[in-house]
Amino acid sequence: MKSALSIIISREYLERVKRKSFIISTLLVPFFMILLMFAPAAIMIFQTPESKTVAVIDDSGVVAQRLRNSDEVKFVPYTAALDSARADESIEAILTIGAKAVDRPDGAISLYFRGAPSMATDSYISGQLKQAIEDIRLEAYNIENIREILKEVEVNISYPTIRIDKDEDTGTSSALSYVIALMMDMILYMFILIYGQMVMTSIIEEKNNRVLEIVVSSVKPSSLMLGKILGIGLVAITQILIWAVLIGACSAWAVPFLGEMPAMADEPELMGAIAQLSDFGYVASLFIYMILFFIGGYLFYSAIYAAIGSAVDNVQDASQLSTIATMPVIIGIIASMSVIQNPGSTLSFWISIFPFTSPMAMMSRLPFGVPFWEIALALVVLYASFLGLIWLCAKIYRVGIFMYGKKPTLIEILKWSRYK
Amino acid sequence: MDNILTATHITKDYAGHRALDDVSISVPRGKVYGLLGPNGAGKTTLIRIINHITAPDSGEVTFDGHRLTADDIVNIGYLPEERGLYKKMKVGDQAVFFARLKGLSKSDAEAQLRSWFERLDISEWWDKKVEELSKGMAQKVQFIVTVLHRPKLLIFDEPFSGFDPINAGILKREILKLRDEGATVIFSTHNMGSVEELCDEISLINRSRNILSGPVRDLREKFSDNRYALAFIGNPDTLRAAVAPACTSFELGAIDTDGNATAIVSLPGADALKPFVAAANDAVIINSFRRLMPSMDDIFVSAVEAYNRADDAQSSIQQ
Repeated sequence: MKSALSIIISREYLERVKRKSFIISTLLVPFFMILLMFAPAAIMIFQTPESKTVAVIDDSGVVAQRLRNSDEVKFVPYTAALDSARADESIEAILTIGAKAVDRPDGAISLYFRGAPSMATDSYISGQLKQAIEDIRLEAYNIENIREILKEVEVNISYPTIRIDKDEDTGTSSALSYVIALMMDMILYMFILIYGQMVMTSIIEEKNNRVLEIVVSSVKPSSLMLGKILGIGLVAITQILIWAVLIGACSAWAVPFLGEMPAMADEPELMGAIAQLSDFGYVASLFIYMILFFIGGYLFYSAIYAAIGSAVDNVQDASQLSTIATMPVIIGIIASMSVIQNPGSTLSFWISIFPFTSPMAMMSRLPFGVPFWEIALALVVLYASFLGLIWLCAKIYRVGIFMYGKKPTLIEILKWSRYK
Repeated sequence: MDNILTATHITKDYAGHRALDDVSISVPRGKVYGLLGPNGAGKTTLIRIINHITAPDSGEVTFDGHRLTADDIVNIGYLPEERGLYKKMKVGDQAVFFARLKGLSKSDAEAQLRSWFERLDISEWWDKKVEELSKGMAQKVQFIVTVLHRPKLLIFDEPFSGFDPINAGILKREILKLRDEGATVIFSTHNMGSVEELCDEISLINRSRNILSGPVRDLREKFSDNRYALAFIGNPDTLRAAVAPACTSFELGAIDTDGNATAIVSLPGADALKPFVAAANDAVIINSFRRLMPSMDDIFVSAVEAYNRADDAQSSIQQ
């Protein structure tokens, strides 16, 4: 019945790929991702500066004149009492500076604001106050050329990190590894949940439509389940590949361009990151591993989702049972966060071998470099446990798809696996 | 007798409930075989076992002379009671998909489907999605999908539900045509009218057991109880007095539109027929005299009720 399997796979695949919603989401998501990346910058550029006038009631007599105006914030000395300033509707903000503000700023300074101040305004005002008070205190020491001395003392530390376990001295950036790990984790998490649940809802739908009886009167239930899992998996891979090509094309164009920008040449961390990204071998190997772990993780979890889908009649009932599948994925994601902090630890090792968490955890470790044997071991464990799981789930599925009406408990579902 | 399918001593348990208890049926080749029974009697379970969807706990199914295997399902076409098609898929694509699952090549499937669609006058649905079709339309499509690959054995579970009389008639003709071309049909239904019209033999499943099997004609004979209807003109009391010695029961029916009175009588046996008619002939003018054959409906009800009474009595004794 191998040909039946391929017929089912091709139906599951073509029906989904031909759908308008698939085409639109596949093309639009990268577009939105790029939009999202540039949105903060774009907002900064197009933002109209909000201009605030701050009335300053300075009892110390020395701070107010040191506050410098910016485009957004204007400091205006105010001589009347606080109460009259508060009553004046035309004043948006009042800054009161106590007489002892220089010696003990805590509790001596208050900001009254009509409405809530924006974060930028707030931090500008506090920054100005800090600067002013520090300056006043510094001058109190009466040291000549104190500013020049301070400027000479100031130092900025940045250095490239060079991996010594690699043949060539490639510059790497742990910050970039961190970002890549996080991104791959999120992509994996999204895909496993979305596509795993797609398997589940599609089985529930077939069950409700009673298409199932017709298909199962032609092919074995296990072929149908496997065909569905593989067909939907191919859809996911198609989507990933399209995205990879789109994003790859974008970055192939953008990364060398970034490297040539002279302003960045003296930022070793950034140069390392760019070198890392331009290293085709590195990116390609990451991508291949991601695909391998994605396939394994997807197969593993979709088998669980398939068993759940076969056991219930509607999506509402499914939501409760599907926590069985969702919880380990979420635990995997949370564990990966700690793995990212400490990719080399023993805990990280075990989390990245255990099949429930390995796809996510390995994704977090990969950008930092993982010995090949560990990757191989994790993959073998993952795929082997998929085979065991699919055998179990196929048995549950075979019984579950013909159970209508009542919502089974987890224990009943596990009992089904022992039915002949 | 040449049986395409025999099921012997089939027993199937579900958690806490016996769906089939020692059921045996044999389906003769080239006939329409009715599988009757009240709701929940176990018919669908039996059909699923025949379809190789589930396995019996004990008992054996043979198909076409050998033990039923998974490879036989390509020779079986199954139309389940609750029809199901993929809602979002186009009718034509879907029909081709199911046909290919049954082993037809893509081009064969398409060619044969086109001709079936033309014959049942539904060609314009080919590119429509199933969700755009009415229930009856979808059922026609499903019927075609079931019979397309020319299976030796066809199983129809309530095929006429949801059809108007015209389309039900078309379907009946197609079913009989398939039988005449050599297919065997297992036909599960509650509609006893269609059983009389279509079925050659039946089995009646009740409370997980096969309580009655045999050719429809023999069963009706067996359940007829030698009842006759006599339409006459004359004095009913004279008639009653004249035939009293020849019959075991005498009941007067309503006077029909032609002015005939009707008497329903039971005779002790075929031998009593002649003396009865002679006696009646002397007493009144006989307009018609015919044997009352029980409808399948009557047989169904009386067989099931008799079985349930006995079964309940037995279980109360055991308690």
